[in-house]
Amino acid sequence: MQMPPLDPAILARRSEIVAALRAIVPGEGVIDDLEGMRPYECDALSAYRQMPLVVVLPETVEQISAILRYCQDTKVKVVPRGAGTSLSGGSMPVGDAILLGLGKFNRVLEIDYANRSARVQPGVTNLGISKAVEHEGFYYAPDPSSQIACSIGGNVAENSGGVHCLKYGLTTNNLLGIEMVLMTGEVVRLGGKHLDSEGYDLLGVMTGSEGLLGVVTEVTVRLLRKPTTARAVLLGFPTEAGAADCVAAVIASGIIPGGMEMMDKDAVKCAEAYVGAGYPLDAEGLLIVELDGPPVEVDYLVERVAEIARGRGATTVRVSNDEQERVLFWAGRKAAFPAVGQITPDYMCLDGSVPRGRLVEVLAEMREMSKMHRLRVVNVFHAGDGNLHPLILFDANDADELHRAEEFGADILRLCVRVGGVLTGEHGVGIEKRDLMGVQFTEIDLDQQMRLKCAFDPDHLLNPGKVFPQLRRCAELGRVVVHHNKLSFPDIPRF
Amino acid sequence: MTSTIKPRSPEELRQAVEWALNEGTTLDVRGQGSKIALGKPMACGQVLDLSGLSGVVDYAPEELVVTLRAGTPISEVEALLAQRNQMLAFEPPDLGPLLGLKTGQGTLVGAVMGNLAGPRRLSAGAARDHLLGFSGVNGRGESFKSGGKVMKNVTGYDLSKLLAGSWGTLAVLDQVSVKVLPAPDQTRTLVLLGLDDAAAVRAMCAALGSPHDVSGAAHLPGKTALRIEGVAPSVEARLTALRELLADSDAGMEELGTLESRVFWREVRDVAPLKAAPDAVVWKISSPPTEGPAIVARIKVLRPTAEAFYDWSGGLIWLALPPSADADHAIVRGAIGARGGHATLIRAPEAVRAAVPVFQPQPAALATLASRVRESFDPKRLFNPGRMG
Repeated sequence: MQMPPLDPAILARRSEIVAALRAIVPGEGVIDDLEGMRPYECDALSAYRQMPLVVVLPETVEQISAILRYCQDTKVKVVPRGAGTSLSGGSMPVGDAILLGLGKFNRVLEIDYANRSARVQPGVTNLGISKAVEHEGFYYAPDPSSQIACSIGGNVAENSGGVHCLKYGLTTNNLLGIEMVLMTGEVVRLGGKHLDSEGYDLLGVMTGSEGLLGVVTEVTVRLLRKPTTARAVLLGFPTEAGAADCVAAVIASGIIPGGMEMMDKDAVKCAEAYVGAGYPLDAEGLLIVELDGPPVEVDYLVERVAEIARGRGATTVRVSNDEQERVLFWAGRKAAFPAVGQITPDYMCLDGSVPRGRLVEVLAEMREMSKMHRLRVVNVFHAGDGNLHPLILFDANDADELHRAEEFGADILRLCVRVGGVLTGEHGVGIEKRDLMGVQFTEIDLDQQMRLKCAFDPDHLLNPGKVFPQLRRCAELGRVVVHHNKLSFPDIPRF
Repeated sequence: MTSTIKPRSPEELRQAVEWALNEGTTLDVRGQGSKIALGKPMACGQVLDLSGLSGVVDYAPEELVVTLRAGTPISEVEALLAQRNQMLAFEPPDLGPLLGLKTGQGTLVGAVMGNLAGPRRLSAGAARDHLLGFSGVNGRGESFKSGGKVMKNVTGYDLSKLLAGSWGTLAVLDQVSVKVLPAPDQTRTLVLLGLDDAAAVRAMCAALGSPHDVSGAAHLPGKTALRIEGVAPSVEARLTALRELLADSDAGMEELGTLESRVFWREVRDVAPLKAAPDAVVWKISSPPTEGPAIVARIKVLRPTAEAFYDWSGGLIWLALPPSADADHAIVRGAIGARGGHATLIRAPEAVRAAVPVFQPQPAALATLASRVRESFDPKRLFNPGRMG
């Protein structure tokens, strides 16, 4: 993983930069000693580490505005960071950049049940929002696995998903508005408690922009009322193809489950050994389907899903009978990653998305690759929306294994793109998939995205080294080449 | 007389844009031209007609995705989906009759470009939430793509969101992939009778805040309608629960069955309840739902003959005002106040649309940013120049 070379001129200005930050954020808010900065040296993609130039933890929007204006005026790079749970290195520090931590922005500002919205600071955790409104029966729908720790500001930056996306959408479908600071230091508001934008949907483009366009300082989310009941169905199949067919058949029959997850045999084995959820160990493919709504609807749909599954050869059909059992069914799935962690020194978690119809073929090809790279792969995925999470097992202390794991991962992502899918479904590009962007996009596609970046951040100061394999200067990207030739297509109908 | 250029392939489309760039001319980009009376009037050098790029490329019902060429009529898409019991969940309205045209016109991409949405906006989202990916041509004459055909995708910036609602000013699309959803088995409607605006919005917000999954909440004079969709046993149970929930509003209640409901919500979607004179000015106001009645009341103080009805639980106001030279834009936008929201002038004579901001003016920092975003796609402002003001 190559990061842009450090700028010696910036490194030489370090003490001046620290002093300037201290003038903006007094007291403990500026951290420049090695021990103090250590907790910030990586995010959840912990294989890659880097100490930042300096850490700053502002407490007010005015301070953020002053910091960004200072960075813009003196051309200092800056990396925003929420809770540091990115799986793609989205908030990994850069050696010649300020690390801007939003951790002190941790207050719920307003809850408005009538308008079904909550206005919170970006450092509030995803689960913290649901906790703040659960006594009234409400919740915030997107539920990434890291929801206990990840911040809503980070969710906006990454457009985070979760297991309930198929029915309830991703972050982008559940946001009403944000306040953000631009690199100029200007504070702008996008959206609010109302729907849709008066102009271009900049809220939409900010969501999932991986901290490259602006710093989010406030978030207004849509709240939903919790469904009355939820029941989960465990379905075991003698073949992976049977499980995949069942997923397609459920959706084709007009049912959109609250969640629909698939695990392969190895994942089932690991999870079962780890939590004892009662999974059938003979299944080659296991589905967990959750139905939610009023009891009468859930009972009706559970029966229909069970019927579809039996028709596709399911050998296990078990329906949760109470909340405790439902939670148990999910416990194995939710613990799948740490469970796999029990049988391997390290694992690499991938995140490609594929059209559901290609699932079986992708799994088969992944097995072939596994032989070729001589590394095991375990599969857990959000089957309802075709989002794969293959886990490649390896030992990071063995340099050759690490290298092979990286190669294997890249091959899997290339495969996803080849069958009509994408590199990342919910974890983001970050530094992890940055160099594979060319597999999915042409140079023109990437230039267009970079031009959008230039509209927000003309000096490429925000979160450098992420998302784009190679940054081109905005001035160069801005040139328009006009060829003064004649009409090259005389036969296009014109009238 | 403006001439028309009608490409038949993505490459011809690209060449047409490149030609316009080289000629220094501008393009009035159209599918079927059904929304040409919406937005600021334009004076373009050339019409770019996309109707030659039409047809469904790929439809996989079990994938919940349809991929189609940019000029494909929306009626064709809806008919195709209906065969497999699916739908465009964002319920794109047919604004034809409101804009003085016949019904059933327009392309799906046209609806996406306006980020249109019907009553189901409050539960299913707008066009923006259903555009999975696209390919098209930017203002440099370059073919590019963004997004994909899969439900979950965070690879690169979400340009689909930006293109939806850009009224054709950023890029010309040649193909889109759109998310579709199963159509409900049943659609029924609980109608509360005789509530005033404030009581109606309270009832609608209470219904939306309940676990009964209301997928439409509109208030017409004297009639407040709540839509419940889904499988039969569930619809029955939720309707009963909703009646109990709203019993203390003391309103009389009626119910519409599936067929009546479909007609009713189609009318709400297409703004038919606004029984305004053909020359009345029509505004669309988006606000926090609970603010809706106060906004209308403020307008009615100054314009007592104003007519209004509410959708989106009160968060969408359709407003008709008597004709005037400035469409009363200062009154309408002044009424929105500081709690957030925006107003779009949907119907007014060309001279009026030329004179006043059709789209809500933005604060300076945001307007500057939007202008730079525009330039990042279309630096010479070839596409629909001036349409958004």
